[in-house]
Amino acid sequence: MRELDSHTSNPNRPPLAPIPHELRRTDVDARAAKRAERQVAAMFGMSAVMAILFMVSFALVDPKLRIGLPVIGTTYLLNVLMGVTFGLSIFLIGAGAIHWAKKLMPDSEVVEERHELATSDEEKVLLSETFNAGVQESGIGQLPLVRRSLLGALALFPIPAIFMLRDLGPGPGDTKFNTMWTEGTRLVRDVTYEPIKADEIPIGTLINAVPEGLEELEHETGNLNARAKAVIIVIRISPDEIVSQQGGTPDEPWDYNGVLAYSKVCTHVGCPISLYEQRTHHLLCPCHQSTYDMADSGRVIFGPASRRMPQLAITVDSEGYLIARGDFAEPIGPSFWEVRK
Amino acid sequence: MKFPSIKRRHPVAAFFVMLAALGVTTAIYAAFDSPQVQAAVTSDAQIAAGKALFAEGCASCHGLNAEGTTDGPSLIGVGAAAVDFQVSSGRMPMATQSIQAPRKAPVYDEAEIAALAAYVASLAPGPSIPTADMVDYSDADVALGGELFRANCAQCHNFAGQGGALTQGKYAPELHSATALQIYEAMITGPQNMPVFSDETLSVEQKQAVIAYIMEMRNADNPGGLDLGKFGPVTEGLFAWTGGLGLLIAAAIWIGVKAK
Repeated sequence: MRELDSHTSNPNRPPLAPIPHELRRTDVDARAAKRAERQVAAMFGMSAVMAILFMVSFALVDPKLRIGLPVIGTTYLLNVLMGVTFGLSIFLIGAGAIHWAKKLMPDSEVVEERHELATSDEEKVLLSETFNAGVQESGIGQLPLVRRSLLGALALFPIPAIFMLRDLGPGPGDTKFNTMWTEGTRLVRDVTYEPIKADEIPIGTLINAVPEGLEELEHETGNLNARAKAVIIVIRISPDEIVSQQGGTPDEPWDYNGVLAYSKVCTHVGCPISLYEQRTHHLLCPCHQSTYDMADSGRVIFGPASRRMPQLAITVDSEGYLIARGDFAEPIGPSFWEVRK
Repeated sequence: MKFPSIKRRHPVAAFFVMLAALGVTTAIYAAFDSPQVQAAVTSDAQIAAGKALFAEGCASCHGLNAEGTTDGPSLIGVGAAAVDFQVSSGRMPMATQSIQAPRKAPVYDEAEIAALAAYVASLAPGPSIPTADMVDYSDADVALGGELFRANCAQCHNFAGQGGALTQGKYAPELHSATALQIYEAMITGPQNMPVFSDETLSVEQKQAVIAYIMEMRNADNPGGLDLGKFGPVTEGLFAWTGGLGLLIAAAIWIGVKAK
């Protein structure tokens, strides 16, 4: 490290114009220097006080005690005290150190030259000499048996690692093509698990539904995968407003008097969606704004989703409750490589 | 503006308003006597008053016989609850034809709203205004209400009832200005683009639980302090990026500035 105003060793670089060094107040005024010294010490001292206050408040303040603060509102006093004291404690150490460096430590400007990046010619020669000597001494050129057996061993050595990759499996199999829905499974309301009487649903209705038996299954297994795949929304549209559906015949339509069931899982990246607008029949995904037209086969009308929302064919049982006519005809949720097979 | 203002109302209307007020007094008396029959207490005079108010304030969009026009939907069969919700929350009459009907100060007073509701209810059966018993949420299960809210309401109205965006400029309103009665009416009538949650879909008790949960959220403290509008990552991220980064930049500038 050298002083800035001496000229540099690199002959290609023009010499830097010398910058006049300005003295700080603490350099010329002993009282100012003394004041800065006291300020730094005060910051370190306050940091210590804050650390002690942290411990005191932790020991003494009731964790359930709440206070009202301007802007922030009602909150826990202990949280505020711990945050403020610990935060100030660490901040004041840093602030004191910076104040110290700026006001009291030497402030002369220095330049540190970067060393040459390229290896020197002597070192290059030395390296190649060492390498060639090693090749000569090992005798690899003269010992074909050793050379070939080594190459063979090196070629085979990585192959067992490929076997270890098998642990990434097993693949999902057909689980992405199946859900809990089977022919005759009743639709039940989410949260309350009550079956849904078809004739009680007014036009404009939205029901978040799941298959009957899901509650028990989740209780037994603690696994939410079945729910993630089987969640549906049930809506009722005036039958003359239904433009198209994904299947069914006039005798056996997939809806029941305008009651339609669709998957609740966005076909883009799988957000559960039920932002249903009953007048436009649009279903909006809040994650990336994919929009589906539920009156027209769940067609994508906006956004990044590339597949329509799968429809669940439904009808009613002898008691008038909504039941599924089978599983989804198309895979639900985000698309994947084999989705169209 | 398409809607006649109050000042330009027909002089005969005052007569009908008085009649309506009389009818409402009777209705309130009956409500105190027996809440179950409140919805049934409508008089021909009230319906006539409502029809007159409707012809002035609503017919330009909804049609002279509430049959609907290109500017507004048919109101036949929407029921008294829909009228009470829309008019008492100031959404109707709309200030301008727009994609969203925002909440504002109601244009009509209670008696006028009751008359309008009686008139629309007289056209065809529809959801009637819930009784005081039905919207009494004092004994409701708040925890169940929370579950039902998160399953059925939170997707549009936000997890804390702060509202949220829908498609093409529409939005789901925040829920903290609405009365318990208005929340109940919104669920059974499905105003604007909101789906219908009839008493068969969400029972009366379940609706009371949902209302109790919304009321609970209004008064709930923020254990973490500043709630930043309870909008989740958007405002929290904005706060962290501008406030937090701002502080770091200020500190970096302070470190970098040469001392005098």
